[in-house]
Amino acid sequence: MANRSKGKGTDMADKQEMAVREKKEMVAREEKTVPGRHFIPAADIYETEEALAVVLEMPGVEKKDLEVALENDVLRVDGRIDFSKYRDMEPVYTEYNIGHYARSFALSSHFERDKISANLEDGVLTLTFPKAKHAQPRKIAIG
Amino acid sequence: MAVFSDPVDALLNFQAALDAFRTSNWLEAGPSGVGAYPVMNVFRKGDDFIVIAEVPGVTKSDLDVQVKGRTLRLAGVKSVSYPEKASVHRRERLAGRFDRAVTMPIEIDPDGVKAEYRDGILALFLPRAESDKPKTIKVA
Repeated sequence: MANRSKGKGTDMADKQEMAVREKKEMVAREEKTVPGRHFIPAADIYETEEALAVVLEMPGVEKKDLEVALENDVLRVDGRIDFSKYRDMEPVYTEYNIGHYARSFALSSHFERDKISANLEDGVLTLTFPKAKHAQPRKIAIG
Repeated sequence: MAVFSDPVDALLNFQAALDAFRTSNWLEAGPSGVGAYPVMNVFRKGDDFIVIAEVPGVTKSDLDVQVKGRTLRLAGVKSVSYPEKASVHRRERLAGRFDRAVTMPIEIDPDGVKAEYRDGILALFLPRAESDKPKTIKVA
């Protein structure tokens, strides 16, 4: 099954069998005001010449319950789940726990702040930070 | 249900309830393929069962749900892709194929099954087949 990292790695091998990974619980520096557990969403971070992208998996979080903030070059993402959907449901067999999501990253400041975009699809949040002009690589022609 | 008695601690209590069942051996003879992707939680609502699975990043069209008798099969593909020239700093999201079959403790009415997929969460409503429901016997 080891057919990953072949070529440029633009697409992870679809033939690979998926494994289960336990959700990581957050050990917060400061306590949350609401009780309950928080989990750390799995993240992918990649960079192209034009932008930095942060992709976070937060299943169960709706658009309205998502909060993204950039303050002092720290990106903070908070996603709350609406567990009222579980009302009147009696758990009989469980393999994972549910909870709010929270994660933060320190970013460099070379981004165009007003052009940051966010997109939530199928429980995956994609944040794109376009690089400021001066931070983009400049091709130097050799004369 | 007692779990929701206090609105402030409701989530905390619910999480504790979920955890309690993770260590229980209910369904021990039941679900085949424990530890397989995707992880699922099973709930009961009256006579019927509800299975909820977290499959973030999987598109609706890549999900395949089948029900027969007592068995539920959940298969699909999850793909993670990056732009052509991207340099990847962090890679935590998993990708690949999955196929899991679970045996439920009830006979399922296949025509009444409903599946909903939203925000990376798949919810399956599995109604108990009429023939499987217990009959009340009047004591004469």
